Amino acid sequence: MSTPVIEFRNVSKWYGEGDNKTEVLSSINLKILEGEFLAIVGFTGSGKTTLVNMMTGLDSPSEGEVLYRGKPITGPAPERGIIFQNYSLLPWFTVYQNVALAVNQVHPDWPKDKRDAHIRNFIEMVNLTPAINKRPKELSGGMKQRTSIARVLATDPDLLLMDEPLSALDALTRGNLQEEILKIWSANKRTAVLITNDVDEGIFMADRIIPLEPGEKSGLGPEYQVNIARPRDKKAMNTDPNFKSVRTEILNYLVQLGEAAKMDRDDSLKLPDLQPIMPGTQSFAWLRRAS
Amino acid sequence: MSQTIAKPANEAINQPTSVTTAKSFNLKEYLPSLTRMKSQLPGLAKSAGITLASMALFLLVWQLSSSYLYNVEAESRIERVMAEQGAEEAEKMKACITSGDVSCKPNTLPSPTEVLNASKLLLADHYVISADKKAFAEKTAAVNAQRIAAGQDAITYTGRPSFVDQIWTSLYTVAVGMLIAFFIAVPIGVIIGLNENLRTAFNWFIQVFKPVSPVVWLLLVFMIVKTMTMGSDSDTSFLISAISVGLCSMWATLVNTSVGVSSVNQDYINVAKVLKLGIGQKIFKVILPSAIPLIFTGLRITVSVAWMVLIAVELLAQSPGLGSFVWEEFQNGANDSNAKIIAAMFVIGFIGFLLDRVMYYIQQSVSFEKALA
Repeated sequence: MSTPVIEFRNVSKWYGEGDNKTEVLSSINLKILEGEFLAIVGFTGSGKTTLVNMMTGLDSPSEGEVLYRGKPITGPAPERGIIFQNYSLLPWFTVYQNVALAVNQVHPDWPKDKRDAHIRNFIEMVNLTPAINKRPKELSGGMKQRTSIARVLATDPDLLLMDEPLSALDALTRGNLQEEILKIWSANKRTAVLITNDVDEGIFMADRIIPLEPGEKSGLGPEYQVNIARPRDKKAMNTDPNFKSVRTEILNYLVQLGEAAKMDRDDSLKLPDLQPIMPGTQSFAWLRRAS
Repeated sequence: MSQTIAKPANEAINQPTSVTTAKSFNLKEYLPSLTRMKSQLPGLAKSAGITLASMALFLLVWQLSSSYLYNVEAESRIERVMAEQGAEEAEKMKACITSGDVSCKPNTLPSPTEVLNASKLLLADHYVISADKKAFAEKTAAVNAQRIAAGQDAITYTGRPSFVDQIWTSLYTVAVGMLIAFFIAVPIGVIIGLNENLRTAFNWFIQVFKPVSPVVWLLLVFMIVKTMTMGSDSDTSFLISAISVGLCSMWATLVNTSVGVSSVNQDYINVAKVLKLGIGQKIFKVILPSAIPLIFTGLRITVSVAWMVLIAVELLAQSPGLGSFVWEEFQNGANDSNAKIIAAMFVIGFIGFLLDRVMYYIQQSVSFEKALA
């Protein structure tokens, strides 16, 4: 068996020390294989972004290790490209300049016109050629995320990470972009990891889905294979029995987890053991004595 | 009457829906557009009206208080003469004051008209001096050409500078001071913004020296510059005032630059990290553009402070400019000195306002945040 692209070995992550220690992720073991499209589904606050940040190298594990092709990750690198949830476009650059920043960095040895053609090619791929000289402020959310996608894809990353790339968009734009990302991905079948809070999105896009447990000390849930042939059709999928069963299973699992988390949590408020102070009660006796 | 008002108003708005029939005037047809115009009355006109009204009020208060002070001064003068020299002399003094003679004019806050006259005088004086300068240049042109050919220094005009010349001198000084502030504060701000340890190292320095008064800075600069320029015949007083202005005013830019650089949005930093941008690229493509709005806010404060400090510094350093003009007029004690000082005050204030506006427009044009506006 070949080395997995990403491997988590017993990874835990916590912030703070002592009483303030908050463990976000607890003993994560995960292997991401060459060419697969993995989706990690979880509630907000379950540590999804921490998980993906450890893959990019923006964050490091408190315990255990994260390997990229067999070697521990020491820091971020363009080979592990990431599409951020909040686009992270540089507002002082145009669409072209934002993509150019990445391309110039990754291919500094290319001649200028080759880089230019490359940049324009990727902007065309995400259908942004008409807006090529606009700044992020002039773009809609969907267009911003397209720019961000073009920026990442133009650097030709070995591993494509997506941290809730579509969660800030409206449902229609979301659907369109899902299809576009899939189309681009299927063109060269890179290893891809999608972090999402939308189970349907995960099933539509991924080969394998792993739910992340909610709350503190999250671990990974059981994995679900999505055996639906590609290219996938969004409308046809709704009636696909495979889709239905995977969807039901995952939802049931997540709902159960949610319930369990709710039961575990002690919502009752502890009141202080105090008597209310009222005029005329003992507490004011000293006042009366004084006068 | 209302028809004649309503019609042009309607045309001005160019409202396509309303029908303008020349045959019959129906007032109601025009009324809605009139009310709409009232609601559309630009805020600009309103605020201009308020500004003009408050200016008129200001002038009124000024006029009233100056005439009150004039009376107080005049009465006390008459009383003093009465006590010292008797009723006859007092009567003479009273007559003298009412006649408005220069010799016995009460010396107090000048009225707006006096200030207006004084500014006219200053302007007239400027024309006289410029004409004089021009004549001097013509007269010495031939001699100067010879002197330069012979490798000697040209003869320069050494007469009294006019008020307008003083303004230019002040602007020149403040520009040099600003450049000094810019070239000290921005690089240091960027460096300490990038490094937390350096920020800590510089913190006490900034906190302690920021509140030091311009006067003290001037003395410090004087100590250093005096020794540095020993033996040379350079314009020491100009150097001293420009450097002091720079040192006094650079703090806002320094602090703002370091804050801007150290508080770049984490998202942008993450992009730089993931792309593995080199330190130069990171500074010039990510950090500086992101810090520019704050840097320019700092520079705008710096310009205002520089202008304010400049006047005080010129006054003390005896370097030519508006500050020394004010001080000389005060020492001069001529009958229109007070009016000239007030005129200079308005000019100083107005130039300060213009400088701030200029910085505002520069800020707007370079900052990405308002690039769309």
